[in-house]
Amino acid sequence: MRIKKNIAVSDSGFVFNPTTGDSYSMNQVGREILNHLTNGRSLEEIKAVMTSEYDVDAASFEKYYFDFLSMLRQFELLDDGDEN
Amino acid sequence: MGMKTKITVALSGLNNTDNPGPGVPVIRGIRESEYFDPRIIGLAYENLEPAIYMRGVVDKTYQVPYPSEGSGVLINRILEIHRRDPIDVVVPNFDAELYAFMRSEKVLEDAGIRTFIPTLEQFEERHKEHLPEFGKKYDLHVPFSKSITGLDEIRKLKDDFEYPLMVKGKFYDAYLAYNEEQVRMHFNKITAKWGVPVIIQEFIKGTEVNVVALGDGRGNTIGAVPMRKQYITDKGKAWAGITLDDRKMLDLTSEIMEKTKWRGGMELELIKSHRNELYIIEINPRIPAWVYLAVGAGQNLPEAMVKLALGMEVKPFGTYEVGKMFIRYSYDLITDLKEYEKLSTQGEL
Repeated sequence: MRIKKNIAVSDSGFVFNPTTGDSYSMNQVGREILNHLTNGRSLEEIKAVMTSEYDVDAASFEKYYFDFLSMLRQFELLDDGDEN
Repeated sequence: MGMKTKITVALSGLNNTDNPGPGVPVIRGIRESEYFDPRIIGLAYENLEPAIYMRGVVDKTYQVPYPSEGSGVLINRILEIHRRDPIDVVVPNFDAELYAFMRSEKVLEDAGIRTFIPTLEQFEERHKEHLPEFGKKYDLHVPFSKSITGLDEIRKLKDDFEYPLMVKGKFYDAYLAYNEEQVRMHFNKITAKWGVPVIIQEFIKGTEVNVVALGDGRGNTIGAVPMRKQYITDKGKAWAGITLDDRKMLDLTSEIMEKTKWRGGMELELIKSHRNELYIIEINPRIPAWVYLAVGAGQNLPEAMVKLALGMEVKPFGTYEVGKMFIRYSYDLITDLKEYEKLSTQGEL
C-alpha cells in the first residue's frame, strides 16, 4: 500500500494532489500512519507501534486504520496501480 | 539586455466584472514582458467597463460599436482609430467579435495591424453546435449533443437524451436541466439573449477541468496550462483556481493543436469522468479570463501571442509550476464624472 508518487505531504500534515488540485489537512496521528506507509511498514508493524504509543487496543486500531485507508483511496491518494 | 521594443496593442474584454473578460489579465501579461515596452489601447463596448478607468492598465480607450451592428462597422472604427493612433497588434477577446476580425484579417494586415486568431474554418468546426462532428473528425471524446431552434423540439429530446442534460447558448450560458419544463425555461432565457440555436448536450458526470493553450497555427503547442476551478461564482465563472499536473490533459491539448493546426489562444473545457476519461465539452477560440494564472505559473501566453502576431519565432514553453493558485478579487476604484463624461460624449478617454 503506497501513497501515489506525485502526492505532496508537508510536515504540517497538508496533503496536495497535483492531478486533481485537491488538498487536505491531516492530524498528527494521520501523519504518523502515512509516514509508516511511505516507509513500507506492514499493518502488523504499524499496529505494534501505534498501540504501544497510544491508548488504543489492537482491534479498534485496525478498524480506524482501514477506515483511514479507504478514505485515502476514495480521495484517490493511494497508488493502486492506476497511472495518473 | 538592450532596450525593450515599443509596441502598441489594442484589445477588448475590459469588463473586469462578475463576468470577467480576458482584457486585464492579457494586458498584465503583455506589460510584464521583458521584450516589449507596450502602449495599451482599450477597445470598449460599454461606458462602465472597469479597465477603462484603471490607470496603469490601459493607456487610452476608444469606444467601439458592437459587432452585432455589422462587422464592417466595427472594423472601420478600428481602422479609423489606427489612422490617428497607430496599432501594431489587436487582440480580440470576445467570441462574438471574432467573426469580424477573421473576415477582415487581410484588410487589417494591409493597414499594418496584426492579429493572431484562428481561421474561419477552425472557428466554425469547434463551435458547440458542431462538436459531435468535430469529435468524429478528429477522433476525440465529446458529449452527445444536438442543436434545437424551437420549443416544439423539446418534447422529443427524451428520445435521444437522458435527464439531466445541459442547455447551452451559442456563445455563453449553460444550465443543467432535470426535466422538460426546465429545458423550456432555459431555452427561453437563452434565446432572448443569444438567439438560436440552443445546444442540448449530454451531461457527463465528473470534475470540470480547463486548459489555457496557445497554438502556432502549424500544429505546435506553444504553451498549455491545466487548471481546476476552486471557487465558482453563481455565473459559473472561476473566481479561484489551481494549476494541475496532469499528463493526460496536456497530451489531449497537444493532440487537438496538432490535428486542427490551431492558430491563437484557446480554452479547453473538459470533464474528467470517474473512469478518468477526458471529454471535451467546449473549445473556446480565445484566451480565457484566468490566463494570468498561466503567466504566474511561468507561461506568459499573452506575450507569446503578441510575438507570434508579429511573426517572431517563439519557442514552446517546456514547463509551468504546479500548485500555483489565483484568487480573483473585486476592488472599487474612484473616478470623476468628467472621465465618464469624456468617454460618453467623445468616445475616447
